[in-house]
Amino acid sequence: MTIDSPEIRTEAIEALLVEKGLVQSAAVDALVERYEQDIGPLRGARVVAEAWTDPAFRARLLEDGMPAIRELGFGDNTDSHVARLVVKENTDSVHNLVVCTLCSCYPWAVLGLPPAWYKSPAYRSRAVREPRRLLAELGLDLPPEVEVRVWDSSAEVRYMVLPQRPPDTDGLDVEELTGLVSRDSMIGVERP
Amino acid sequence: MNGIHDMGGMHGFGAVERRRDEVLFPEAWQGRVCALAGYAMGAGLANIDAFRHAIERMPADRYLADGYYGRWLYALETLVRERLEGESVPERPEHVGSVAREVDREPRLAVGDAVRTWNRHPEGHTRLPGYARNRRGTVADVHPACVYPDTNADGRGESPEYLYTVGFESRELWGEEAEAGATVYIDLFEPYLEKLA
Repeated sequence: MTIDSPEIRTEAIEALLVEKGLVQSAAVDALVERYEQDIGPLRGARVVAEAWTDPAFRARLLEDGMPAIRELGFGDNTDSHVARLVVKENTDSVHNLVVCTLCSCYPWAVLGLPPAWYKSPAYRSRAVREPRRLLAELGLDLPPEVEVRVWDSSAEVRYMVLPQRPPDTDGLDVEELTGLVSRDSMIGVERP
Repeated sequence: MNGIHDMGGMHGFGAVERRRDEVLFPEAWQGRVCALAGYAMGAGLANIDAFRHAIERMPADRYLADGYYGRWLYALETLVRERLEGESVPERPEHVGSVAREVDREPRLAVGDAVRTWNRHPEGHTRLPGYARNRRGTVADVHPACVYPDTNADGRGESPEYLYTVGFESRELWGEEAEAGATVYIDLFEPYLEKLA
């Protein structure tokens, strides 16, 4: 049996869903464009920069993530089924790492759609069993005294890492700090 | 179910390859599938748990070969075949927002409680990863009650249950050769957890 190409199968399923009145193709176009252009890790980077510069915001963010990001105008309905957004703070003694071993749950509201490596079997299988070795392979060598906390997002709670502010950044404003925060540092596989 | 999707701890998948120049949807159909799935679920084709379960029910070779959005496409095809026969059109779901639910009982567990996960191997959907079955951990956080995926995935209803974050020492999960100084936290529903004295 031959399997049609995913392009042909997607066209077929879209036609059927449109015919049944479940979706409209124009809305699909618009959502794809929104994912590509509006919803991305820049939101998370801004959240991190605010937390670095505003201790009261940082406290609210760590207490309950979703209300805090709404203050910045984020947290719209891109993943509306999510029950909570939990932000975990890296310190001198604790390093946090986010994974979803069962599928690829990810904090869409702040980071957009997950990158390919996050969804890969290699990452999903190894992050919980050998996080230090995995991080070292990705260029992040953690000293033995730093505790690693791995968050396996197995339900509708989503996790984001608040990385440590890099040294010698005292004079930078929120916009400049936002530019320093990489997506992968908010998943926990690198440092800003 | 004990499926290929339950990847935590598996060997043999090699190194994690990170690309710096990655585009969001390398092929146009992937973006369409992503959006189609969102709208179809919102319109009542299936809830998110049934969608995840449809992915898990894929043959293992296809699961590995089809990639992330390929799996979404496969799941959409499965759900359309199972649920959109003939003239039927699904009802729009009552809730389109958060899976958190009000329940009129208190959580059975509190932060700091020692717990053990149950040792069950359901054929259906569950959110207890295989690597954390029958393991001892400590409750680290108590969340609101949420829709219970195990029943919601196959039409037995939402039956909300309290959700907890439970921390497991690496050695409890991976034995003597586990990496030192690592803890794995997993979000687990109340029925999975037995309170230890």
